[in-house]
Amino acid sequence: MTVRTQDSGARTRPPAGTGAGPVRRRPLRLRDRLTKAEAKVAPYAFVSPFFIVFAIFGLFPLLYTLWVSLHDWSLLAGDQGFVGLANYRELMQDSDFWRALTNTIGIFVVATIPQLILATVLAQVLNGKLRARTFWRMGVLLPNVTSVAAVGIIFGLIFARDYGIVNWALGHVGVEPINWRGERWSSWLAISVMVDWRWTGYNALILLASLQAVPKELYEAARIDGASAWRQFWSITVPMLRPTIIFVSIVATIGGIQLFTEPLLFGSGVNAIAGGSTGQFQTVAMYLVQQAFTGQRFGYASTVAWVLFILIAVFAVINVALLRRIKSVD
Amino acid sequence: MNRTQRIAAAAVSSLVVGVLAAGCGGSGDEGSDGPVTLRVNLFGQFGYKDLYKQFEAEHPGVKIVETAEGDLGKYNTKLSQQIAANASAGDVVAIEEGQTVNFLQTADKFVNLQDQGFAEIKDDYLPFVADATTTVDGKTTIGLGTDVGGLAMCYRRDLFEKAGLPTDREEVAKLWPTWEDFIATGEKFQAGIGDDKVHFVDAATNTYNSILMQGGDETYFDRDNKLVVESNPAVKNAWDLANQMIEAKLTAKLVAFSDEWNAGFKNGSFATVACPAWMTGYIKGQAGDALAGKWDIATVPGGGGNWGGSWLAVPKSSKHQKEAVELIQFLSGKTGQLGAFKSEGRLPSLPALYDTPELKDAKNPYFNDAPTGQLFVAGAKNLKPVYLGAKNVPVRDAFENVLRSVENGQRSEGDGWKEAVKAAQKAAK
Repeated sequence: MTVRTQDSGARTRPPAGTGAGPVRRRPLRLRDRLTKAEAKVAPYAFVSPFFIVFAIFGLFPLLYTLWVSLHDWSLLAGDQGFVGLANYRELMQDSDFWRALTNTIGIFVVATIPQLILATVLAQVLNGKLRARTFWRMGVLLPNVTSVAAVGIIFGLIFARDYGIVNWALGHVGVEPINWRGERWSSWLAISVMVDWRWTGYNALILLASLQAVPKELYEAARIDGASAWRQFWSITVPMLRPTIIFVSIVATIGGIQLFTEPLLFGSGVNAIAGGSTGQFQTVAMYLVQQAFTGQRFGYASTVAWVLFILIAVFAVINVALLRRIKSVD
Repeated sequence: MNRTQRIAAAAVSSLVVGVLAAGCGGSGDEGSDGPVTLRVNLFGQFGYKDLYKQFEAEHPGVKIVETAEGDLGKYNTKLSQQIAANASAGDVVAIEEGQTVNFLQTADKFVNLQDQGFAEIKDDYLPFVADATTTVDGKTTIGLGTDVGGLAMCYRRDLFEKAGLPTDREEVAKLWPTWEDFIATGEKFQAGIGDDKVHFVDAATNTYNSILMQGGDETYFDRDNKLVVESNPAVKNAWDLANQMIEAKLTAKLVAFSDEWNAGFKNGSFATVACPAWMTGYIKGQAGDALAGKWDIATVPGGGGNWGGSWLAVPKSSKHQKEAVELIQFLSGKTGQLGAFKSEGRLPSLPALYDTPELKDAKNPYFNDAPTGQLFVAGAKNLKPVYLGAKNVPVRDAFENVLRSVENGQRSEGDGWKEAVKAAQKAAK
């Protein structure tokens, strides 16, 4: 999903009517007509690939999912009949779904807030005077290009109950080994660390790019007026970064609400999709997959998918509304 | 519009057409006359490498490519998707025991083996193996059996010795004719080893499943696919025994096939593990050469049982059904099953092989020269066919998960049973 925060204003206009109007009126030849038609159609042809691909792989599945969600639909046995909104009613009373939703939002809050703060600070540091600056700037992106499966396995081992490095370190300061997968708070924390490890650097780089676009004159002027570094950060940097912060947090929201791979890999072994023995770290996306492929309830899973889609939309709107309160420079 | 623009427009439109064509059309495959590539889709290690070479030598122009997924859950998900979509499942797929009833719902998406001479070979297999992949009306058979679980109990000799228990497999077997005896032995072990990092069994769930599958005939569902968890005494019996184990603190609380479970084989987190024939290859792989001779195999409490087993099927989406059927007939035939036994320890489902010297005299050097052929055959001969409903997997997953929560101390046993019944009812929808 792409989100456009700014309209560049550079709209392309069809290059029709270029040149002075023709004086001679002889009947248009086929070739001329074709050229004219081409000029009209070509711009649309150029932008069409995105829309065609989106219609096939985005819009159609979306609507088809809606259609499936109104049916009792078994994955292998197929359509078992129209049930109207029964799946949605069942979902509203499904305690497992609400638990998964609580987990998702919980992990999202625990992961995203420190991540964005950290990314902003990191961007500020990377923007300053550093030795081997390019090295550090590339370095923060490394976690992001590492395969998620590898990240999952390594963090699974780091937070392992019996031979994990975290428990080993805690043991040295006299803390009893923690069953990281066993409790809600501990599993949320471990998963958040995984998410942050992967995404903080990526967000920092985006923020860095936008930091570099902030005119130096503003800081100079502020310094002349005697503004402290903190004041400069709040009154210049943050307002100038507002569009980027909105973009970064919407992308983080979408990613956070769709969180799937990290918690799945965190609970390794059979039935990992259940997200722990009481579902303490099962996210909504995991619940969706569990219903579709373990439970074979394709219709019900489609319902979960649609509710998830609506939730993301709602969260994105809340996000924008909140972030609009950051003072803009203009 | 100038020339460059025109070229660009042509490029764009051909791209669009290309995308559309790729989206709608099938993949371009070679005709049946040319060289044939058979894609074989498996989970875990079936040990077919040498058998493929033999088949390729006997069928010039046929090439076999195997993909093996290590994670059974992931494999089942993917296979369900591919079968539901009727595409790209490969030419030969493996169906695991728990999924047979499930795929029988879509028997029309597989080649019916009854049109391929199934009637003549049907009686060669253990009876339940032939029935498991045949529809209720008896008209369609979708898979040929390869191996069966044939349950035994693997144990660590060195840990038993440390705990003051006998180590000889005959004597160990005498310790636990029943599961109650097994639990009593476990209590002795736990007292003898005096180390709270070493437990008698890996997890309550594996033992629970072994006991449940010994119950015979039905587990969670009756043959009308009605949920019978509350009325079937076999379920409650297995549940109660597993809970006795939890109460006696005999379990290492590990999730089967998790990274920590895998590490436990090497680190000695547990001294016994329920052991179907295919598990011997798995233990060897996880525990490694350093522990050769330290693992051994005894008979399982309760006498025989089953865990796992596989069937091979040919999806209708395959472009080379004729060759694929020949391949699964070969792999599930005598040569194929013996080959898989030799390389991966998979126990044949053809009883005619049980009296052959290859099985009778088979010893596994990794397990202290345990007579694996005899041990697992003994388990397989007592096998009772068990009917698993179409929703067996979600219900089993739900039950196991609640059992794990009791094991982890997140629920009391009484609450656990109530929750398990509730979760089963929900999963059976």
